[in-house]
Amino acid sequence: MTDTTLRNRVAIVGVGESEIGKVPHMTGLGLNAQAAKRALDETGLKPSDIDGLLTAYSMTEPYFMLGSVMCEYLGLKPTFNASMVVGGASPAVMLKHAAEAIVSGQAEVILCCAGENRATGQTRDQAVAALAAVGHPYYEQPYGASIPSFYAMITRRHMHEYGTTREQLAQMAVTTRDHAVRHPNAHMTKPITVEEVVNSKPIAEPLNILDCCLISDAGGAYIVTTAERAKDLKSDPVYLHGIGEYHTHEHLMCADSLTEFGALEAGRRAYTMAGLGPEDMNFAELYDCFSVVPMIEMEELGLCERGGAGAMVEAGDTRIDGRLPVNTHGGMLSHAHAGAAGGLFGIIEAVRQLRGQEGERQVANHDVALVHNEGGILSSHCTMILGREER
Amino acid sequence: MTGQRPEPFVNADSEVYWAATKESRLVLQECADCGHLDLMPRHVCPKCWSANRTWTDAVGTGTVHSFSIVHRAPLPVFREDCPYVVALIDLAEGPRIMTNIVGDGALEVVIGDRVEVCFEDRGEAKVPQFRLARAGGGS
Repeated sequence: MTDTTLRNRVAIVGVGESEIGKVPHMTGLGLNAQAAKRALDETGLKPSDIDGLLTAYSMTEPYFMLGSVMCEYLGLKPTFNASMVVGGASPAVMLKHAAEAIVSGQAEVILCCAGENRATGQTRDQAVAALAAVGHPYYEQPYGASIPSFYAMITRRHMHEYGTTREQLAQMAVTTRDHAVRHPNAHMTKPITVEEVVNSKPIAEPLNILDCCLISDAGGAYIVTTAERAKDLKSDPVYLHGIGEYHTHEHLMCADSLTEFGALEAGRRAYTMAGLGPEDMNFAELYDCFSVVPMIEMEELGLCERGGAGAMVEAGDTRIDGRLPVNTHGGMLSHAHAGAAGGLFGIIEAVRQLRGQEGERQVANHDVALVHNEGGILSSHCTMILGREER
Repeated sequence: MTGQRPEPFVNADSEVYWAATKESRLVLQECADCGHLDLMPRHVCPKCWSANRTWTDAVGTGTVHSFSIVHRAPLPVFREDCPYVVALIDLAEGPRIMTNIVGDGALEVVIGDRVEVCFEDRGEAKVPQFRLARAGGGS
């Protein structure tokens, strides 16, 4: 199916991120509000211009109707409001739903936001226990299976089938950290080495703690409107060229494969809508809850050959000055991870890179970017292609 | 030591599965129409949506598809077991099960190892576990 109905119909016109790291003086809702205010301030729009809201979910502030709660907190009375619950894929799926709502006339200016106070709003044990609930309650949790253990099994299978090395996985984390070092709002900014990653504390072999995403307090937001209205706002618009999603399972025991996932089909649909291919992407912001994940996504999305991600990372191709910069803000491994907001920062980073705002971490070519979010255990996927020109 | 570990949750979908493990049998759900075999019990066949569900005994052997050695337990009750093995096993009949590998040599497991089912008491019930076939009776 060739679906071009959303191509260049909407634009992201404002992005904002909250204070990030340990932010004990703010609630999860407050972090969302701060990010939303910063996103709105870029556009010149007023709060009353917002007529749609999309958010996700919160583990630290688990309101029953989070979308409505967010509207209430922000004083919004929208004609379109929903909460996405597809795990880490939620921020990207929000853009697809926002675009569909705008194109069908349900709303004209939609605020998409997510985030929570996951570092200070709960104890470390509560965080780990809450995350264990992602495992199947009846057939996975009784075995003491943690989220890192799920991704560790995926990692080990990738090493087994393709010869991916422990050092290549570590290099993914090291390159990502190098990018965060250049981000003024990143959670972790101390450079690390391959040796440090390989020798860091084991969490679930073969994954060590420096292969794992952070637990941050953070909120992120972006504002979407029509391509026409975007031209009248004070910010530089970033256009949606293509977007696609694909959902294959939720629990790892029900996944067909540990090396092939739904990113391939989500990406194919996004490329088709955009009329572009992997070779057209200038840079990529990929979901990276664990070091192996962006590598699998690079392979699934055609940014390298199957099994070739390890060599690509090792060669330095994914550095900011490389052939295809990846996770230029530092990803969830080093910039921030706070529940559903993790992948949202990849969207924010893509917008800022496309605008050419990034100073010392600005990529050289910034016409077209790919962003991929995944949720669950590589279960739900959404790929978007963004660009600074209508095309 | 096993008292506080999660016990099987019996519901309308899974009562046959957990009744069988109580008798140290591992059972699979089979579609009476298309023959699809499945580990996770459900009301309809995920392939053809037939509601004609039957049960068949698994032989209880399989091979290790992948595994992880857990050093940071997700719940305090598993902490004293660290490091322990979480694994995905391809059963001889085809379906995949998540489990622990327990017993002699468990921490030396590699992908492709042959394993066989054993059962661990959890309160009044039992959960299926696996041990390395080459290790003999280790649990």
